[in-house]
Amino acid sequence: MAEKMATRDAYGKILIKLGEKYENLVVMDADLSGSTKSAAFGKEYPERFFNMGIAEQNLYGTAAGLAISGKIVCASTFAMFATGRAFEIIRNSIGYTRANVKICASHAGITTGEDGASHQTFEDIALMRTIPGMTIVNPADGVSAMKLIEQAVAFKGPCYVRLGRAAVPLIYAESVDIKIGKANRLREGKDVAIIATGIMVNEALAAAQELSEEGIEATVIDMHTIKPMDKDAVIEAAKETGAIVTAEEHSIIGGLGGAVAEVLSQNHPVKMKMVGQMDTYGESGKPEELKVKYGMTSANIVKAVKNIKAIKAIKSSI
Amino acid sequence: MDCKELQKTAAQIRMTIIKAVSAAGSGHPGGSLSAADILTTLYFRVMDVDPKYPQKPDRDKFILSKGHAAPVLYATLAEKGFFPKEDVLTLRKINGKFQGHPDMNKVIGVEMSTGSLGQGLSAAVGMAMANKIDRNQGRIYALMGDGEIQEGMIWEAAMSASHYKLDNLTGIVDWNGIQIDGRNDEIMTVTPVADKFKAFGWNVINADGHDIKELIDAFEKAKVFKGKPTVIVAKTVKGKGVSFMENTNAWHGKAPDEDQTKKALEELGGAL
Repeated sequence: MAEKMATRDAYGKILIKLGEKYENLVVMDADLSGSTKSAAFGKEYPERFFNMGIAEQNLYGTAAGLAISGKIVCASTFAMFATGRAFEIIRNSIGYTRANVKICASHAGITTGEDGASHQTFEDIALMRTIPGMTIVNPADGVSAMKLIEQAVAFKGPCYVRLGRAAVPLIYAESVDIKIGKANRLREGKDVAIIATGIMVNEALAAAQELSEEGIEATVIDMHTIKPMDKDAVIEAAKETGAIVTAEEHSIIGGLGGAVAEVLSQNHPVKMKMVGQMDTYGESGKPEELKVKYGMTSANIVKAVKNIKAIKAIKSSI
Repeated sequence: MDCKELQKTAAQIRMTIIKAVSAAGSGHPGGSLSAADILTTLYFRVMDVDPKYPQKPDRDKFILSKGHAAPVLYATLAEKGFFPKEDVLTLRKINGKFQGHPDMNKVIGVEMSTGSLGQGLSAAVGMAMANKIDRNQGRIYALMGDGEIQEGMIWEAAMSASHYKLDNLTGIVDWNGIQIDGRNDEIMTVTPVADKFKAFGWNVINADGHDIKELIDAFEKAKVFKGKPTVIVAKTVKGKGVSFMENTNAWHGKAPDEDQTKKALEELGGAL
């Protein structure tokens, strides 16, 4: 069994290192620093850590003020409250001003688990994607999370970093070359391309393995950067395989699936299937149970691939 | 500048406001005119700002949290020498710098993009926090509207400013008593303003927002007050200085026509 790590733990770990590297790095939270793992930075650098209390609007408003004054700011809370509650502050005070704020939000998606529907956001990528100039990264595992956060802190401008609560298997070795804006191809196959993001990358790899045993070869792409999207990688995969399945722990409306569809429909239309949260709220339960109930497992990807293969077969027989 | 000169400067700023809003054909004269004496006092007496060195690291910073009063900010910056006064006449015009609400990336001297009410005070809190970290002696000033303090975010920011003991932050409430739809006490009661800020841990100073001597005194007291942020609750008159614009919500967001502009400028010119 592969070693596991939650991407929020990766965030807590890399912050300590970044605090040493960047004297002007400031970390903020809204009373969830134990859960988002920003508290570790607070212990190490108390003079550069600010708990703003349960007030997400002011969290991101003050983050903007600090950033405009020359600080690099990582401001954390749960993804639901960061992108939902504070959306307009992020749009107007951070996006419009191009403030150097990294919105490092944890507990995204269904794997938030037992807290239930009010805390499980499937809209965050869709919301952040509509803000001009916003970079969006959604790491698949702990190793890539650390590398992507390090890069997010190194560039000047707003960035949304989507982090998860649940421990997920490590996909990458420490030596991996991973860059914001450049998709990583993890597996080659001629029949279909699975473009996945976040924790669904691991599910995509499992699905590809299972499909391979049945004679279907799938390309697997880790689309860790949702915006700006690596369009070339998407178009290339569509040209090579003629069929795309997207997989995300997010609503099928407006997230990775939507973004890929926007690229393909305007450049190289092919059949697509989207695996993700259907247009519905979640509920309380264990992350693994919820992934099954709401259709975000390798089995769902396998099903989508077979479905799209069937469509391809009918099309080619006509 | 002494008080008399400051009053004349304020009259000049008011005239630029009227000219700019008139040229734009839209905009917010009422709340710009009510804040003119406050901005004049800040930029020409209280604050350390230099149009020749606008990015000076330890400068004082002013945030117009009530961003719709953009004309008073543009007019004041022009009067101070950041750019020619005629430039402000491109207010609200396409391809222009002078947006309907201030954009820090377009206009030199604008420290924060504002317009969506409630957000400017938070930005000011962040800037005051940054100055504390850096032991930067620059002070932060944030002007709020009285209608604006109906936004919940203002009180989140107010709480955090006193929690972090930001005595380098001075808030000002432009208390003209009127918002777009009518009087504050008819739309949503904001009183008691001073007691609310007191309860949120601020040092509160009441002042006549058109009495420049009183304003100078209030700002000087705020500078030396330690351990808490200060708010100056400035009683003002909406549309101050133009008789037909005073004390009415009708001129919150409307431009004067040619005759009205002429009349307004005559009245304001009389104050020179």
